[in-house]
Amino acid sequence: MTIAAKFEIEYLQYLDAEGKQIRDDLPAFANDLEHMVGLYKTMLSTRVFDAKSVALQRTGKLGTYASCLGHEAAHVGVGSAMKPEDVLTLSYREYGAQLYRGVQPREVYMYWGGDERGNDYQNEPARHDFAWSVPIATQCLHAAGSALAFKIRKEPRVAVCTVGDGGSSKGDFYGAINIAGAQNLPMVAVIVNNQWAISVPRRIQSGATTLAQKGIAAGLDCIQVDGNDIIAVRKAMGDALDRARKGEGASVVELVTYRLSDHTTADDARRYRGEDEVKDAWSKDPMKRLRNWLTARGAWDDAREEAWKNECDEWMDNEVNAYLETRSQPVTAMFDYIFAEVPADLAKQRDYVLSLEQKGH
Amino acid sequence: MAQITLVEAVTQALAYEMAHDDSVVVLGEDVGVNGGVFRATQGLQEKFGELRVLDTPLDEATIAGVTVGLAAQGMKAVAEAQFEGFIYPMMEQIACHAARMRNRTRGRITVPAVFRAPWGGGIRAPEHHSEANEHLFTNIPGLRVVLPSSPARAYGLLLAAIRDPDPVIFFEPKRIYRQYKEEVPDDGEALPLDVCFVLRDGTDVTLVTWGSQVKECLETADELAAEGISAEVIDVATLTPLDFDTIAESVQKTGRCVIVHEAPKTAGFGAEIAARLSEECFYDLLAPVERVTGFDTHIPLFRLEMKYMPSVERITAAVKRTLAVS
Repeated sequence: MTIAAKFEIEYLQYLDAEGKQIRDDLPAFANDLEHMVGLYKTMLSTRVFDAKSVALQRTGKLGTYASCLGHEAAHVGVGSAMKPEDVLTLSYREYGAQLYRGVQPREVYMYWGGDERGNDYQNEPARHDFAWSVPIATQCLHAAGSALAFKIRKEPRVAVCTVGDGGSSKGDFYGAINIAGAQNLPMVAVIVNNQWAISVPRRIQSGATTLAQKGIAAGLDCIQVDGNDIIAVRKAMGDALDRARKGEGASVVELVTYRLSDHTTADDARRYRGEDEVKDAWSKDPMKRLRNWLTARGAWDDAREEAWKNECDEWMDNEVNAYLETRSQPVTAMFDYIFAEVPADLAKQRDYVLSLEQKGH
Repeated sequence: MAQITLVEAVTQALAYEMAHDDSVVVLGEDVGVNGGVFRATQGLQEKFGELRVLDTPLDEATIAGVTVGLAAQGMKAVAEAQFEGFIYPMMEQIACHAARMRNRTRGRITVPAVFRAPWGGGIRAPEHHSEANEHLFTNIPGLRVVLPSSPARAYGLLLAAIRDPDPVIFFEPKRIYRQYKEEVPDDGEALPLDVCFVLRDGTDVTLVTWGSQVKECLETADELAAEGISAEVIDVATLTPLDFDTIAESVQKTGRCVIVHEAPKTAGFGAEIAARLSEECFYDLLAPVERVTGFDTHIPLFRLEMKYMPSVERITAAVKRTLAVS
């Protein structure tokens, strides 16, 4: 038999579910405990933020909200590995990455609270990232296009897209990794495999053993990572970003994690998955393993945990207040930004809406 | 000065803008070495290189999504859908992202892109190569839908489309790609978007049309003139945002209007113009507004396709019906 080509997919993990180190060759950044504490703090603030968001929704102060519970290591790992000048295109629950890149909680609240201004991220580097993309996987092609722009302009920047296990079934995902391979684009496609696309489990999305291997067909570097182990996520992302930045090719990074929450606040996951599975997933919680690992190194303890939680609570309360105090846009805002300038024909409709408003309708 | 065809005017506009603006990139299937299946991008890759005139993988959704990404990074991306019948996989990226990016980010991210496609029937092409589907785009807020109908307007409007800060659907009527030549100075002068062009003044009836049907409407106007009937011919050119004022002014003068388009009748863009005339010019009308259009069928394969198209005979008959009402 002649073999035309042969492939394998590496699986990367440093910490087990209890936070015990299972290999000795820690990447350099992991020896910087201050940096690792910083990652943990962002993960924890993300979790506090997420709980606050769900509470806001439950009390009628937010529309439908997509929780990120359980994805903290995956998302913060992605955001922290990127350089400020890189660009993130994402779906709609990657808050850990976004908080790391400067998105303000109040902006997330505004978006899910029915106000487009939530997409107008004020802080760099998030300001040059894309906004949430609800149509599944379409954002992968925006990363490919951005990466092509960087390549044309010879800018040492990388475009990163995040997509779910369900999203990796879509043509846009395949199209993006395909052109990234064909054109050697500076791009990293991250599959956040949280096992569930609303009610449809991972096994129904694909017969492939790993989702990472989809990148092999596109000629990309591929790796599967324990997505609840931030050291592994950060390491795999760092390597992929380095390769892309040096013009050595795009990658697919599959982060295996678990959606501990419902799909959104409009969903009830008890309809389609058992308690045992969720209980087992909680035992692999990304927070616990990093906390244990840091604690074992004397870099974290209960007092610090409590203090940081309180700080996060205070921060989120401020953000919630800022959100709740934001007045709605004027009714004419729906006409703004349809085009760079409002065309005459559209201005007539805007004036009509304004006249209704003035009559108190 | 050289006389050029409509398709050559497209090439001339692309070459001019690429030479004067480094951020302009062209991408699509076969746009590179082959110069496009209609040769609209002929010679561009030689001049501007493989990255700025990019042959993409054969996937329309990829072309559209990559175009959105390029444009969001400040490139002026000009994407080609090889035929309008292949544009459907692009529609999600166009409707969900290109057209709404500025609005949903409050101006933070914009998509200054052009989606070009050869459009319409009449060239004895295979199935799925002859659609007129502009009405599927005119109902999408945030998009400009532009159809040139002469070499000069193709040049001027394409330059304007590339320079426009918002996404433009640029449909090129392929039946008249090489119908005739005219002098088109390569001076980089754009024509205005969002305005109708009055191609012929008249007093008795207004013919409102776009794309390749401009040809039939002008021929009809010539024939009617021989009978002493004076027809005004308006090339809408930019369907959305619509310059309704130019149409209204004409109809206020003539009192009669026949709308001519190649796309199916029901919910075609002619329905929009007719409705607006009814809303805003009802008391100026001396006769019901007529529409001469393709039928509510798929455009037939080419043995019958010209039977589907609005013809001079059908347009003339419609004009005469409106004139018969007194």
